[in-house]
Amino acid sequence: MSATLCIETRAMLLHNRTNRNQAGARVIELENVAYSYGGGELLTDISLNLAPASFHFLTGPSGAGKTTFLKLCYGALQATGGHVRLFDRDVMQMDRDAIALSRRRIGVVHQDCQFLDHLSVADNIALPLVASGQDSPDEQANLRELMGWVGLSGRADALPPELSGGERQRAALARAVIMSPDVILADEPTGNVDWEMSQRLLKLLVELNRMGKTIMIATHDLALIRAAKQQVQARVLRISNRRLQLAGADL
Amino acid sequence: MSVLKGLLTADAAADRVVPPAGFTVRLTLFSAAAMAFLAVFALALSLASGRLAQSWGDQLARSSTVRISAAPEEMSAQTTAALRVLETTPGIEDARALTVEEQQALLEPWFGPDLPVDTLPVPQLIDITETSDGYDAAGLRLRLSAEVPGAVLDDHTRWRRPLVAAASSLRLLGWLSILLIAAATGAMITLAANAALAANAQVIAVLRLVGATDSYIAGAFVRRFTLRALAGATVGTVLAVLGILLMPNAGEAGGFLTGLGFQGWHWILPLLVPPLAAVVALGATQAAARRVLGELA
Repeated sequence: MSATLCIETRAMLLHNRTNRNQAGARVIELENVAYSYGGGELLTDISLNLAPASFHFLTGPSGAGKTTFLKLCYGALQATGGHVRLFDRDVMQMDRDAIALSRRRIGVVHQDCQFLDHLSVADNIALPLVASGQDSPDEQANLRELMGWVGLSGRADALPPELSGGERQRAALARAVIMSPDVILADEPTGNVDWEMSQRLLKLLVELNRMGKTIMIATHDLALIRAAKQQVQARVLRISNRRLQLAGADL
Repeated sequence: MSVLKGLLTADAAADRVVPPAGFTVRLTLFSAAAMAFLAVFALALSLASGRLAQSWGDQLARSSTVRISAAPEEMSAQTTAALRVLETTPGIEDARALTVEEQQALLEPWFGPDLPVDTLPVPQLIDITETSDGYDAAGLRLRLSAEVPGAVLDDHTRWRRPLVAAASSLRLLGWLSILLIAAATGAMITLAANAALAANAQVIAVLRLVGATDSYIAGAFVRRFTLRALAGATVGTVLAVLGILLMPNAGEAGGFLTGLGFQGWHWILPLLVPPLAAVVALGATQAAARRVLGELA
């Protein structure tokens, strides 16, 4: 696998697919956000502005609400208090289709990857293109480039259950970036892979950040954060006691 | 219109996002086929009832009978008198006394061909054909009772009306059955679509994760159920039409049961059953998808 982007893949990832205007735009903004579920408040008074091309880590103990926080960031959950704005639009004012269109600008990598097991790896990676009606023959060439970038060229026809943990994470990352999103949110992307593979995935994410993508990674892996900080300017956020804090400098 | 366009222009990749297997496939195909089969028979029943009502109405509406019961020596005189009355009655186009052979033919089904009608006290029958305007039955009865005491006018109204009404009701029931079949088809496909949507909640979650709109997700299910309903209904319609074609044809003598087929342009009507089943499936699946996607949001 090559973590260095070839020219074609770089061009594809930089290609503007949604006629978006990035100049000075805020990508994701949370203002005094709270989220309650089952009578209890999971998150409270959270404010954050994800600037374009920024790199963030999100840490915190298990059950602190990292996944919930990420879901709020891509509109999968509605805040019970405050405002979440995706690309300057308040989620509360958006209908489901508008949220879906915004989500095409946000690539999400789940810890469990969330594939459609009856489709091949290539079809799963191309799913965002199919769902947005952009699965043209030209895109097939781009898809091959992208699969080469994440080191899955020989696994295009495999079904997701046939992949190893690392292959699944790379496939999930490829699917997350195929629409050339502005933001990539990754939930424990290295949770099921060994150290070497987590370094490979990190390099891919750093490469994407250098291309101007905003990255947020939820992780327990402090070694990964330290490794990242040697390569990129990253903010480390921590969810503790339902609140979001800037983590200590020791990280 | 946009839905139809979506059905026709859907690409294979979009169709594959929903897993193909599941009992809902067989349920939809079977229910669509069974309902189309029943719908074609209900249609045939309704059309045959309509034809029967029309035929009875036409045949009986313009004909009536005068029955003369008299002693044999007075029969001829009373018949002549009755014919004279009828010929001078406005609204009667023709009046003709039945011959002995014709009366014998009428009684033949009950008494056999060798009945000596002329030796029996059988009433003389006079067949009346009305003009399109018809005649005044009450006035004619009064005249006959005054001039031909043994004559009784039977204008068939008494027994024609219930028959025509029954045939009309049967036609109405046929159409009502078709509506109920359409509603039952819609209900079954709604159940199948609900089950398929619920079973594919994870697929829906993944599609939403990658930015699929509700219309795209619904479209994948709607297309599948509509095409299945179309296929199932086509099979059911073909089987029903074959069944109707194989029914014995006894012509006019066969009456209602053997006249259950389609005639003339009515053969086009069964061809409409599969597309109508598809439209019902489309509406039912769209409504189910809208509701389930709202609940899963």
